[in-house]
Amino acid sequence: MTVAESPIAVSGLTKSYGPTRALDGLDLEVSAGEVHGFLGPNGSGKSTTIRVLLGLLRADGGHTRLLGGDPWRDATTLHRRLAYVPGDVTLWPNLTGGEVIDMLGRMRGGLDRARRAALLERFDLDPRKKGRTYSKGNRQKVALVAALASDVELLLLDEPTSGLDPLMEEVFRSCVAEERRRGRTVLLSSHVLAEVEALCDRVSIIRDGRTVESGSLTDLRHLTRTSITAELASPPAGLDALPGVHDLAVEGSRVRCEVDAEALDGLLRRFTDHGVRSLVCRPPTLEQLFLRHYAQAEPEPAFR
Amino acid sequence: MITGTWPLIRLALRRDRIRLPIWLVLLVLIPSVTPPSFAALFPTDAARASYAAGLAANPALVSIQGPIYGTDLGALSAARVLTISAVLVALLSVLTVIRHTRAEEEAGRRELLGATVVGRHAGLAAALTIVVGCDVLVAAGVTAGFVGAGLPFAGSVAAGLALASAGVVFAAVAAVAAQLTESPRAATGIGLAALGATYVLRAAGDTGSAPWLSWVSPLGWPALVRPFTGERWWVLALAVAVAVALGAVAFALSARRDLAAGVLPARLGPAAASPALGGPLALAWRLQRGGLLGWTAGFVLAGAAFGGVAQGIEALLESSPDTIELLRQLAGGGDLVDVFLAAEFGILGLLASAFAITATLRLRSEETDGRAEVVLSTAVGRVRWASSHLLVALLGPTLALLGAGVAAGLVRGVAVGDVAGQVPRLVGGALAQVPAVWVLAGLALALFGVLPQWVVGAWGVLVTFLLFGQFGRLLQLPQWVLNLSPFTHLPRTLDGGDIAVAPLLWLLVVAAALVTVGLVGFRRRDAG
Ligand SMILES: Nc1ncnc2c1ncn2[C@@H]1O[C@H](COP(=O)(O)OP(=O)(O)OP(=O)(O)O)[C@@H](O)[C@H]1O
Ligand SMILES: [Mg+2]
Repeated sequence: MTVAESPIAVSGLTKSYGPTRALDGLDLEVSAGEVHGFLGPNGSGKSTTIRVLLGLLRADGGHTRLLGGDPWRDATTLHRRLAYVPGDVTLWPNLTGGEVIDMLGRMRGGLDRARRAALLERFDLDPRKKGRTYSKGNRQKVALVAALASDVELLLLDEPTSGLDPLMEEVFRSCVAEERRRGRTVLLSSHVLAEVEALCDRVSIIRDGRTVESGSLTDLRHLTRTSITAELASPPAGLDALPGVHDLAVEGSRVRCEVDAEALDGLLRRFTDHGVRSLVCRPPTLEQLFLRHYAQAEPEPAFR
Repeated sequence: MITGTWPLIRLALRRDRIRLPIWLVLLVLIPSVTPPSFAALFPTDAARASYAAGLAANPALVSIQGPIYGTDLGALSAARVLTISAVLVALLSVLTVIRHTRAEEEAGRRELLGATVVGRHAGLAAALTIVVGCDVLVAAGVTAGFVGAGLPFAGSVAAGLALASAGVVFAAVAAVAAQLTESPRAATGIGLAALGATYVLRAAGDTGSAPWLSWVSPLGWPALVRPFTGERWWVLALAVAVAVALGAVAFALSARRDLAAGVLPARLGPAAASPALGGPLALAWRLQRGGLLGWTAGFVLAGAAFGGVAQGIEALLESSPDTIELLRQLAGGGDLVDVFLAAEFGILGLLASAFAITATLRLRSEETDGRAEVVLSTAVGRVRWASSHLLVALLGPTLALLGAGVAAGLVRGVAVGDVAGQVPRLVGGALAQVPAVWVLAGLALALFGVLPQWVVGAWGVLVTFLLFGQFGRLLQLPQWVLNLSPFTHLPRTLDGGDIAVAPLLWLLVVAAALVTVGLVGFRRRDAG
C-alpha cells in the first residue's frame, strides 16, 4: 500500500440534526497502521463522526477524506476496504450469528475462514443461535467477529466493548493488538480508559463536536500535572509563590500539591533545599486527564 | 401479577396519542355518515326496498359486505357498514395488542419497566384494557351517530356493541398470538391470518348453502346480531364469552413463559450461511419469505373459495329468474359470476397492496432498528439495498395474485368443465390488479426515500382508496376525486368493460416515477 495520505483525514467537519449541532468544526487525523483512540463525553459526536466517515450521514461542511476517497461519493468502493462495528448491535431475529458473520463478510468482499473459526473459538461464541436469543455482549461479539475476520485495511469500531465481560475485553485487546501488528489501521471510540491506554498509539478527544486535544498519550500526559506528596525535614515556605504549583496544602512539614510538568524541576530543587524525608510522586492518571477535558466548564480559572 | 398496569396504560396512551384518535375518528365516522347518505340516495320506501332486494340477490356484494335483513334505513345502513367496519375494528385490536405486548418485549423496553414495580401480566392487561376502552368508545360513537341520524335507539346500541364485540374478540385472539411466538411480526401474522380466515369463512357462509359457516366466524357475528331487524342480543354474549375464554388462555400462557420468550421454543440454526446468502437480495428474501409464503397461501385459499362460491351463485340464480333479470341490469350485461369474481379480485387487489406496503416499509424498520446501518457499511450500495426489498414488494403481491387467479380458475374450471379456458381468464382478472398494487408500493418507497418520518402515510392513502372504492359512490364523491385512486383505472377484464391499455401504461409510469423519486431521495438523505 502506498500511503499518499492518511486513511482518515477530517478537518472542519460540521453536521447538524435539525437545530442540534452535533459536529462543529471537528478535526481528526489517523495515520496508516495506528490504533487511534477516539474519546469524548456522551453526545459529543463520536458516533456521528463515524457515520459521516461511513457515508451514512452527509456532512454539512468541512473536508473529509477516507482511504483516499470521498466517504459520501465513493461509499461502496471504499467499503470493500473497511469494516464497521456499531456501538449498539441489532441482529436479525431469525438469522443465526454464523449466518450474519458470513453474510456481512461476503457483502464486504471476503472473509478469512480460518480466522473466523479462530475468532469464534477465542470469543467463545456459539454461531448456531438465532439473533433474538443472543445477549447484548454476544450480539457485540457477532459484529466483532464479522469485522475482525474480514480482509480489510481499516476498522471503524464504535464502543465495541460495551457489554463485553472482562475476560472478553481481554480477548478483544489481544485481537486489536494483532490487527496492529498486521498493519491495519483502527479507529476506536471508547469510554474504557484502560483499554485506550493499553491499545492506542494516539488519541483524539472531542467535546461538543469539536476536537479539544489530539496526540500520543505521552504528549497528553505532558500537558497535565503530576501529584506530589512530600515529607520534608522542615516546614517549607513560599511554595505558593512558585509558578505552576496548584492545590497546595501544607501541614507542618508535610506538603501535597499538583504541579505542571515544566514546573517540576523548580519545585524539586526547593524540596531538596529543605531536605526530603519521603516523596511520593504520582503521574497524572488517564482519568484525571480525561476528566479535565470532559468537564463542561474549563477548570483552569478556578484553580489559578 | 398485574400491579403496574395503570402506569403502563398511561405510557401506551402517550405513545399512541396521535395514532389512536385517528383510528377512533375513522371508525366512528365511516358508520355514522352512512344513514344520512342512504336517506338522501333512497328517499322513498320503494327505493329502499328495491335497493335491498338488489343487494340481497347480489352474492358478490353480500360476500364482501355481509347479509341484509330488512328494507328500512337502519337495516340498509347496518348491512352496508357492520361487516366491513368490524374488520377495521378487529384490525385495530390486533395491531394495538401486539404493539403494546410482544413488540415492546422484543424491543427490550418491557425489560426496562419489568425491573420496576410491574407485574408479569401488567403489559397484557394494559394492552387489553386500552383496546377494550377503544372498543367501548367506538360503540358509544357509532350509537350516537346512528341515533343522531334518526335511527331507532335499540338498533343503534346493538350496532355499536356488535362492532365493539368484534374488536374485543380479536383483541383476545391477538393476546394469544402474542404469547405463542417470539417475534412481533409473526404474532401480527397470526392475528391477521385469523382475521382473513374468519372473513372468508363468513363470506362463504353468507353467500353459500352452509350458513353455519357464518356462525363459527367471529366476523359473521356483528351481522348476526341483526341490529334494527329484531336484535339478537345473545349473540353479543357469545362474542364476550369467546373473548373471555381466549383472554384466559392468553393469561395462562403468559404465566408459563419467560419474558421475551415464546411458548413455541426457539431452535438452534446453521452455524454458517448457505452459499446463497451473500447479498442484499438474498437477505431480503430470507427476511420476507415467511410473509410471502403466508400471503400467497392465503390468496390461494381465498381464490379457491371464491371460485367455489361462484358455483353456488350460479345454482342460486338458476332457481330465480327474476333475480337474474335484476342483476343483469346492475351488472350492465356481463356474466354474473364474472361480476362477482371481479368484485372479489378487487378486494384481493387492496389486500395485495397492503402486502406490498408492508414489504416496502420493511426498509424503514430495518433502518430505524439499526440493521440497515451494518449492511450499508459494507460494499452494498443504497440503491442496491433498497431495490432488494422493493423487488420483494413488487413480485410478492404479483405472485400472490397469480396464485389466487390460478386457484379460482382451477376450482371454477373443474366445476364447469373448462379448466383450459377458465384458468387464463381468471389469472388475467387477478393480475389486472397488479398495476395499482405497484403504484402503492411505489408510493411507500417514495415516502421512505423523501419523507421517512411519514411512511405511515402510505397506509393512510391505501385506506382512503379503500373508502373511495367502498363508499365513494354512496357519498356521491365527484369523479375526479375517485380518479385519484389507481383502483378506479384498472381494466375490467372479467365483467365486460372495455380493456383499455392506456390507463394501464399510465399506472405503470406513475409507479416507475414514484420508485425513481424514492431511490433518488434515499440516495441523497441521511441514513440511520
Ligand atoms: N438521529 C439524530 N437526531 C437528532 N440528534 C441526534 C441524532 N443522533 C445524534 N444526535 C445528537 O447529536 C449529538 C452527537 O451524538 P453522537 O451519537 O454522535 O454522540 P456520541 O459521542 O457517540 O455519544 P455516546 O458516547 O453517548 O455514544 C448528540 O447531541 C445527540 O443528541
Ligand atoms: Mg456513540
